[in-house]
Amino acid sequence: MTSCEETEEEPRFCEEAPGYRAKMAAPIDLHLEFGGGAELLFGGVKDHHVKLPSQSEPWNVKQLLAWIKTNLLRERPELFIQGDTVRPGILVLINDADWELMGELDYMLEDQDNVVFISTLHGG
Amino acid sequence: MCQVDEDDHHAQLETKAVLSVSQKCMKCKEGSAVLIIRVGDAFCGNCFREYFVHKFRAMLGKNRLIFPGEKVLLSVSGGPASSALLSQVQEGLRRETSKKLRFVPGIIYVDEGAACGQSLEERGEVKSQLESIFRASGFPFYIVHLEEVFNLPSSVLLCASSASDRRNESYKEAVDGFIQRASSGTQSETRQGSISYKEVQTLLSELSTQEWSGEGGTVTNRSPPFTPEQTEAVRTLLASVKTLTAREELLKTLRQHLILHTARVRGYSKVMMGDSCSRLAVKLLTNISLGRGAFLAMDTGFSDPRYGDIAIVRPMREYSSKEIAFYNRMFRVPSVFTSALDTKEPEKASIHRLTESFISKLQADFPSTVSTIYRTSEKLNTACPRPIADGELTEKCLLCLCALDTGAEEATAFRATLISENLSRNRMPDTIPALGVAKQQCCASGGEQKESCGDRVDGCHSVDRTSFTPELQTLLCYSCRLIIKDMTSVNSIPQYILSEAERRKRRAQMKEEIQDFLLNPENDAGEVTVS
Repeated sequence: MTSCEETEEEPRFCEEAPGYRAKMAAPIDLHLEFGGGAELLFGGVKDHHVKLPSQSEPWNVKQLLAWIKTNLLRERPELFIQGDTVRPGILVLINDADWELMGELDYMLEDQDNVVFISTLHGG
Repeated sequence: MCQVDEDDHHAQLETKAVLSVSQKCMKCKEGSAVLIIRVGDAFCGNCFREYFVHKFRAMLGKNRLIFPGEKVLLSVSGGPASSALLSQVQEGLRRETSKKLRFVPGIIYVDEGAACGQSLEERGEVKSQLESIFRASGFPFYIVHLEEVFNLPSSVLLCASSASDRRNESYKEAVDGFIQRASSGTQSETRQGSISYKEVQTLLSELSTQEWSGEGGTVTNRSPPFTPEQTEAVRTLLASVKTLTAREELLKTLRQHLILHTARVRGYSKVMMGDSCSRLAVKLLTNISLGRGAFLAMDTGFSDPRYGDIAIVRPMREYSSKEIAFYNRMFRVPSVFTSALDTKEPEKASIHRLTESFISKLQADFPSTVSTIYRTSEKLNTACPRPIADGELTEKCLLCLCALDTGAEEATAFRATLISENLSRNRMPDTIPALGVAKQQCCASGGEQKESCGDRVDGCHSVDRTSFTPELQTLLCYSCRLIIKDMTSVNSIPQYILSEAERRKRRAQMKEEIQDFLLNPENDAGEVTVS
């Protein structure tokens, strides 16, 4: 098994293992939208088309939030993210459905998904 | 061993997630669910829409306060709840005659850009976005700027008597009469011999529609109806308030006065506000913290009767902010986001902010928090005001027009706070009223020219300004006193408030002087006619 010995730095993935390529997720295109005042934290831009880099595990929403925090969020992270999840009062819709129906943080993102974050804290 | 347990949990969670994706709507059992509201109720898109619309109409129908043909002013701030309110009213008026909503709406928007430090371009942009939304609705709309608060007359602080003829006619009779009239003759041209009061009203409202939408069309071309000095005056006024809490309350009061004045001038008898359930829950707890516990029923109830002739109604009070946000998103209700005073402020910047964050965090773990608070607020009722024979005017707070709750009886906790406050300032409690009275006498010249004292405006005011703070306090309820206490100087308060305060003081003084000569008021002499 020379290939396994060569790829010592990636002990989990063995070239011989079936479905190795499938596990290595392709980069995902997502359409993110921010509304209800949340766009203020993102430079006032409501629509973002982002490309998540490929990574070993498929992307889930928890990782997406961490990615948004490092890459998109311009200021005041505590107004958007609280710990692992969004701040209470921020509604998340995945493909126009409540994320509670999709499993909240554990939902696995797919290509061309539409994720909307609406802040409900600025009433009307 | 721990790892084995975690794997089990993880597998369980995943299976649960898979089940919810394909969950069916709990109402029609057919459509796939898109939304969870309340604790665990999943709805599909169509059922949710029906539920939303039905709730609005049920709210109006249950309370039976809005009579057919009545003119109702919708106060729209551009935010999600008031935009949803506007769309519900539009939807309701579009239906077939039997199920149509029966009132005549108008829209008011208060431009508070001066308070939030927005530039004229930003305000103009927001205004043009909102104008296009309002024009699409077809209702007459009024855009009022916060700077116009300096042009308000002091009569806005008076509580007018309600139109008593409405009360005599019961709601059911009014609706039946309206339906009969609507079905008997067409609404537009054919007029029978006798024109009823309501038909005249609808005619008049149509007239004002024509006049105003013409004016509304050119408002963007005209220069704004306020001067930079007034904008600066608004900024100075709000900057003179030390805490964000008091600033927000003051802004709220000024906004209410502007809306009230517009409603009175334009002939509207009801104002609809877009306060949602979550908003009202926050407001309830905040008002308790601000010392407005006595007025909770008026501040958070469905109808607010404190202004007498104009009733404030809150038909959105059963919608949680999640439902409103979902409805706006799914049915593309246009709304415009405007920054408020507390945008991007830290959590502890003001009492409102802190309460909001407290409740939303609690709601995340206990989803019935907001509805429990809401149900508690539903149980509060407005107490019937004690009939006061005379001096009705002096019994209301100057700013919020609620009944004064600061009677200076000896053994109240309020009196204790006053005494301790005076002692901490090393001042004897007796000198404060004397200070105010002495200054008043010098300008009132013996007591005959009470009402005309206002003629010598310059002389009076320059003397009174410095000692006005203690005098203003006695005309205010407890929470409004706290607002004024937080201000560094009362000079920047708009003129209408100061002149009304002066007028009340003079009346009280005059009454005190002629007290001995007054006959004992009989019970039915207590009907004060304020036209």
